[in-house]
Amino acid sequence: MADTEGQELRRTEHGVQVHEVAATTPEREFTIAARTQTQMILRRFLAHKLAVGSLVVFLIVVVASLIGGRFWRYSYADITPEFSSPPSLKHPMGTDSIGHDSMAQILRGAQKSVQVALMVAFLATTFGALIGALAGYYRSWTDAALMRFTDLVLTIPAIALLAVLAANVSETAGNWFFIGLVLALLQWTYIARVVRGQFLSLREKEFVEAARALGASDARIMFRHLLPNATGSIIVNATITVAVAILLETALSYIGLGIRPPDTSLGLLVSEGQQAATTRPWLFWFPGIFIVIIALTVNFIGDGLRDAFDPTQTRVRA
Amino acid sequence: MLSFIIRRLLITIPLVLLASVLVFLLVANSGDPLADLKGRQPPVPPQVIEAREKLIGLDKPLPQRYWHWLTNFVQGDMGRTIRGVEVRPLLWQRMQITLRMVVLASIVAIVLAIGAGVLSAVKQYTVTDYTFTFAGFLFLSMPVFWLAALMKEYGAIRLNKLFGKQVVFTVGPESPNLAGSFGHRLADYAGHLLLPTIALALISFAAWSRYQRATMLDVLGADYIRLARAKGLSRSRVMVRHALRNALIPLVTVVAIDTGAIFGGAVITERVFAWQGMGALLVQGVETSDPNILLAWLMVTSVLVVLFNLIADVLYAVLDPRIRYG
Repeated sequence: MADTEGQELRRTEHGVQVHEVAATTPEREFTIAARTQTQMILRRFLAHKLAVGSLVVFLIVVVASLIGGRFWRYSYADITPEFSSPPSLKHPMGTDSIGHDSMAQILRGAQKSVQVALMVAFLATTFGALIGALAGYYRSWTDAALMRFTDLVLTIPAIALLAVLAANVSETAGNWFFIGLVLALLQWTYIARVVRGQFLSLREKEFVEAARALGASDARIMFRHLLPNATGSIIVNATITVAVAILLETALSYIGLGIRPPDTSLGLLVSEGQQAATTRPWLFWFPGIFIVIIALTVNFIGDGLRDAFDPTQTRVRA
Repeated sequence: MLSFIIRRLLITIPLVLLASVLVFLLVANSGDPLADLKGRQPPVPPQVIEAREKLIGLDKPLPQRYWHWLTNFVQGDMGRTIRGVEVRPLLWQRMQITLRMVVLASIVAIVLAIGAGVLSAVKQYTVTDYTFTFAGFLFLSMPVFWLAALMKEYGAIRLNKLFGKQVVFTVGPESPNLAGSFGHRLADYAGHLLLPTIALALISFAAWSRYQRATMLDVLGADYIRLARAKGLSRSRVMVRHALRNALIPLVTVVAIDTGAIFGGAVITERVFAWQGMGALLVQGVETSDPNILLAWLMVTSVLVVLFNLIADVLYAVLDPRIRYG
């Protein structure tokens, strides 16, 4: 009770009479439900049909790849007597020359690719946002040092560094976790740059000054005041990182330096299927189409999120 | 201007040096270059292995090895591979093969991206725009090796059938024992270049065309465009002289930043078309843990990337006088 009184007092002090009227007469004829920021973003996203459709497809693919393998009648390592058989009811995506069921293999491959991509998106976003936040907030030499560090990571072509790193530790080579870690080590730079840019402009805003005047610590200003304002671009970039990571991982596996047999990945399946592209096209087409579907839906989701978070923003990924 | 360039160069030098330390540490810890020799059957005598270790310098401490390598490297001596082949001519030869594809594909991609992006923006929300937008998203989401393999396995056969003779080739950068007139050789090069270039160009064009569309839209919404129209200039003149010229500037930076990515894409595309270029050299270096191949490869490409970024910065400052040389 005392609290509300205090608030009333403060309101009259500032002379905001309108609020008081509204507060004292809650039953108005026309009421407008106030929407929170999240609700508005969600509504804008849901209005973006392509993005919503993509999200549905993407979720289906992710769920199918993560747990679908357990429910399918074949395991990726099973060898069936039907080898090199075209797609049929028994083997919806055919079998390879040894007799592996292609659908089981694609589910397994997609599982590894999705695991790597999600891991990269999570790690790279967290690390990148942290570096970007520190650089943008503290500026001067912290900024200079951190940004030169990101430049350094950017100088070496990702695929080369990955190849060397992935071959580096022989016992873990081909392990999806290791590949994800290595990819994340390279992919954080983009997010760091974006977050830094946002922090550089946000830190000059009045609400930061207000928070500082109230005695908020640097950490509190960064994580409670600035970071929530940068959420939009962080989420959008995290989404795009998923697509980039899938493409990088599959490329790496394709040239034989990523995930290796006996395990499998979509890139590895394409490279195996390519030899049979003209005689047994299903081995080549299905894994490739899977990669395209995952990356395409992720890119569409990212596009929808970008519009939802900031309808005026037109910048695209470079 | 000159001081801006010099200042940028001065920042670049420690960056490259730091990169060299990183690369050296990375390569020094990646596998045993003599593993192949040690695993031979019947066993190679230990004296030979010891002698080879001494030759590569494996017996010396790491900082000393780094210094030795660095001083040789800056003088242009990239050392020898484990098999004893000199690295510099090898790298140079491979680089020429890869650059053929990279340069051509970049040019094609830039032209395509500008065309598609500008058309998309000018005809915003029409069928043209949606078509290009969808194409952009599709190629943005397509793995380069799959597109390249698609063209190799399906496109080449169709095209050759269409012409009635073999015009398009899918293996290697040129026919073996290539001889004959200049025209004949040129046709052969073109036939080998066609498919890899298209694949690489389409993948690179995707992101750029989206970017070009966004910048063109930005410019079209600017006040000076409205002014130009209001003072009576024709639409086409405003589009080309006022809008397009300004909308091309940001793309310069984006293309330069993506140099590393295109190189990476070329490495993969090469693999599909069995070119013995930089990609094959990298894979060979990784598989045999050959330190000098890997070091030379990584250093040369990272210097190239840094150089292109520098050129982009300078070009950007030249093209847009509003940029402060900061």
